[in-house]
Amino acid sequence: MRTSWWKILCVVLLIYTVIGGFLFSVPAREILHETIRNLYFHVCMWFVMMVLFTTSVVYSVKYLRSQRLRDDIYAVNFATVGILFGVLGYATGTLWASYTWTEFASNTQIFTEPKLTGAAIALLVYFAYLVLRGSITDMDKKAKVSAVYNVFAYAVLFPAIWVLPRLLESLHPGKEGNPALNFKDSDARLKMVFYPAIIGWILLGVWITSLKIRLDLIKEKSILNG
Amino acid sequence: MVKKTISILASLLCFIPVAVLAQVNDPQKQYTAFDMRSNGKIYVVVGVVLIILVGLLLYVARLDRKITRLEKEK
Repeated sequence: MRTSWWKILCVVLLIYTVIGGFLFSVPAREILHETIRNLYFHVCMWFVMMVLFTTSVVYSVKYLRSQRLRDDIYAVNFATVGILFGVLGYATGTLWASYTWTEFASNTQIFTEPKLTGAAIALLVYFAYLVLRGSITDMDKKAKVSAVYNVFAYAVLFPAIWVLPRLLESLHPGKEGNPALNFKDSDARLKMVFYPAIIGWILLGVWITSLKIRLDLIKEKSILNG
Repeated sequence: MVKKTISILASLLCFIPVAVLAQVNDPQKQYTAFDMRSNGKIYVVVGVVLIILVGLLLYVARLDRKITRLEKEK
């Protein structure tokens, strides 16, 4: 195993997250009750997705500047694992909402929820990124077109999940700012598990991505060195 | 004086049931299942999730080692 200290940190933090996430005391919330613990799991999925997509777009820009195939491999793998975490975040959010929002909101309100719609749009845009890559056989063209597309996808991602839900009427928390990151706002008991959880999940996402990248680098060795 | 003390004590006594009631209605007790942690076998769930998590992490670590071996081969 290569450079393993952060992988060990990842394992330790995730085990702490599960134990603390289930057993530590949480603040009492109406409607949410014990499901506030989902903060350590559902919200972290989106954090990982954002970090991976941001890294991906950085590598896409790097590719466009350098035309090195290695940067393209980095970009596509960060985006793929980012999509995985986005889908996980969406699925967990669906389950969470179906047991909490349904207690006070109408179906119409839930189906037209701007944050859900925005997240769905953003994920579909990223699905299209993979479809676009799959449809081009020429390697350099594939890398170049998908790198440009990735920059646009990122430009859609931001308004779709960060801007629009804050402008419209939303059931989802976060309209008032960044409740999860506001040091004064969130409960100390939650922060004690939440911050390590974010780091742990991000490290796991990066770990999985690094494996995929290394595998691709082995596969494309002849091209990369030639 | 004595009468006054008694009346104060009596009025204090009146508050005790209220205090007890307030404790029962404490939202923390009402909304979060404290019993779950001792009697509800939540530890079993923690154990199950930990087994899954550790299993998955070991799998990723094994993949990591395999890829490292592949990298060294060439």
